[in-house]
Amino acid sequence: MDFAFFLIQLLNGLQYGLLLFLVASGLTLIFGIMGIINLAHGSFYMLGAYLAWSLAGLTGSLVAAILVAVPLTVVFGMALEWLLIRRLYERDHLFQVLLTYGLILVFEEMRSILWGDDVHGVPVPALLNASIPLTENLSYPVYRLFISAVCLLLALGLYLLIQKTRLGMMIRAGASNRDMVQSLGINIKFIYTLVFAIGVALAAFAGMINAPLSSVFPNMGGQVLIICFVVVVIGGIGSVKGAMVASLMIGLADTFGQVLLPEVAGMIVYLLMAIVLVWRPAGLFGRA
Amino acid sequence: MSSNEKGFDRREFLKSTAAVAGATAVGTLAPLGAAMAQAGKIKVGLMLPYTGTYAALGVAITNGFKLAVEERGGKLGGREIEYIVVDDESNPAKAPENANKLVQRDKVDVVIGTVHSGVAMGMAKVIRETGTLWINPNAGADEVTGPLCAPNIFRTSFSNWQTTHALGKVLKAKGHKNAVFITWKYAAGEQMMQGFKEGFEKEGGKLIKELYTPFPQVEFQALLTEIASIKPDAVVSFFAGGGAAKFLKDYAAAGLKGKIPLYGSGFLTDGVLEAVGDAAEGVETTLHYADSLNTKKDNAFRLAYAKTYKLQPDVYAVQGYDAGQLLAAGLDAVKGNISNKAGMIKAMESAKIDSPRGAWTLSKAHNPVQDMYLRKVVGKQNLVQGVAWKALADPAKGCKA
Repeated sequence: MDFAFFLIQLLNGLQYGLLLFLVASGLTLIFGIMGIINLAHGSFYMLGAYLAWSLAGLTGSLVAAILVAVPLTVVFGMALEWLLIRRLYERDHLFQVLLTYGLILVFEEMRSILWGDDVHGVPVPALLNASIPLTENLSYPVYRLFISAVCLLLALGLYLLIQKTRLGMMIRAGASNRDMVQSLGINIKFIYTLVFAIGVALAAFAGMINAPLSSVFPNMGGQVLIICFVVVVIGGIGSVKGAMVASLMIGLADTFGQVLLPEVAGMIVYLLMAIVLVWRPAGLFGRA
Repeated sequence: MSSNEKGFDRREFLKSTAAVAGATAVGTLAPLGAAMAQAGKIKVGLMLPYTGTYAALGVAITNGFKLAVEERGGKLGGREIEYIVVDDESNPAKAPENANKLVQRDKVDVVIGTVHSGVAMGMAKVIRETGTLWINPNAGADEVTGPLCAPNIFRTSFSNWQTTHALGKVLKAKGHKNAVFITWKYAAGEQMMQGFKEGFEKEGGKLIKELYTPFPQVEFQALLTEIASIKPDAVVSFFAGGGAAKFLKDYAAAGLKGKIPLYGSGFLTDGVLEAVGDAAEGVETTLHYADSLNTKKDNAFRLAYAKTYKLQPDVYAVQGYDAGQLLAAGLDAVKGNISNKAGMIKAMESAKIDSPRGAWTLSKAHNPVQDMYLRKVVGKQNLVQGVAWKALADPAKGCKA
């Protein structure tokens, strides 16, 4: 590997890492901050991708599809929290696992009934449908770079929301002592509904914006679910910064793993997780 | 074309969890069917995926099989057919249990299944112990008609080895001296790589590098960069479904399309062309079926299938249809007397199947000896360019029967 290709692989790794952060960001909120083990995260991702595909087909534009679909998913997330999730805050984690696993089955079957089992493609928006030549036979799609930029903005937004705003302060307070926050006169129930809805919308948004790259197909959520949990666990539960660092680490490890150690490429990410957890059991930025 | 990885792959586990949903619903059909069993009917056990990623394939195979039976007036060898259906969920862990259900509890005369190679391997164990007649309408694991071959085991589809072996000749004819193979790291991918490697090296070509990405990961950027730095004459590939769609798009988006020609096993471009758009244009693949064979048999089959099911048939429907035809050949020869198993097997072994894909016979290991077509993606169709290899037979490595 000469130096130019090393740099390109570095770019691939960072870009993949940012993509992972985008997909895991919703889980960072729901699992990392609310402490809900949400196995249905991948299903929300899939829901977003299918919404993007069907709405982009109707409106003829991915941007329009996203503008319509994001509010829909926020409402959907609120309804879900109100109907099901809020009954489980006081219960053992096992109940959350059971419920959200059940939701995977329901969503997967609904997807099959509503949209069928075929593979679909979403075209890249015309404005971003270009490539930048890097070497004589390799070029880089502009849309990938665009997604990276969106990820960075999203990460910044999340960080500001949680660390710098009044709402973020209430969310953090609620995460550490729900009852105390409640007795201070803050409507913690509504805040939890809101946070869950934002988490769902983030997962769905990731599915939408990633749809032109990944295509839209059955069980696509299952593929991202585990890696999202790995991101949150390595980063440390409750830390947006940790999720970002973990995403980039995984992106780089996976990229260079495939190139340099192809025999064990499938294991590298989990190896990385094991090492981090032995070294820091609470994750990189988690509070022990 | 399916995984039979034995290790605990968490992603694959999660992927398959979604398949559990409808399982119970379909499972209840089995006892119902058993209760209605009557003397005189041939019991056909359909062990196929009806939920999960491969649900569409299971349905296509079932449709094809039933069409072959209907064309014969609903009877094979003069006897009516009773179907007993089990959804195998493409779940290898449940394969022995599901196969046992059909063989031991429902006492089916013949088992038709399945799509997923891992499930097929689990079935093989049960089938070899009980000696039940088994027609495999898809799962391409080389082992089924290799080390696991047996007189009662038949396949009407392909071996993984077959789907890429003819590409060696194709690449040579195009003047490519070296190539890179890229696929998922699992059994089907590795077997297809091996099939291509043997074919290409026989022609004097050189496989410079085997590139693998973990199954079922769909992030290809690192390996595409590798390909760009290696600069081979050609790239050969196997992916399927959503992974294939993404790979074809990424290959084009990375600017490799048009610079390094892309070839593949036919599954790379089957069922994904709508999703991929222009990115697949010009990609050439080999498979035992294509969209535009335009033979009398194929046209008749496509028309009948479309009329009956309001769906366009695909390669899986053809394989299911041929499973029905093969069973018919056996049952006709013994006039429906299924207890004459030796006679049936003999007739099936020597049958010449008049398939929509073109006529084929069985090898000694009971795998189709069939023409492999060279197909090219033109305007969202896999148009046939000619026969890449006439009557290609799987080498049946390790088959001692």
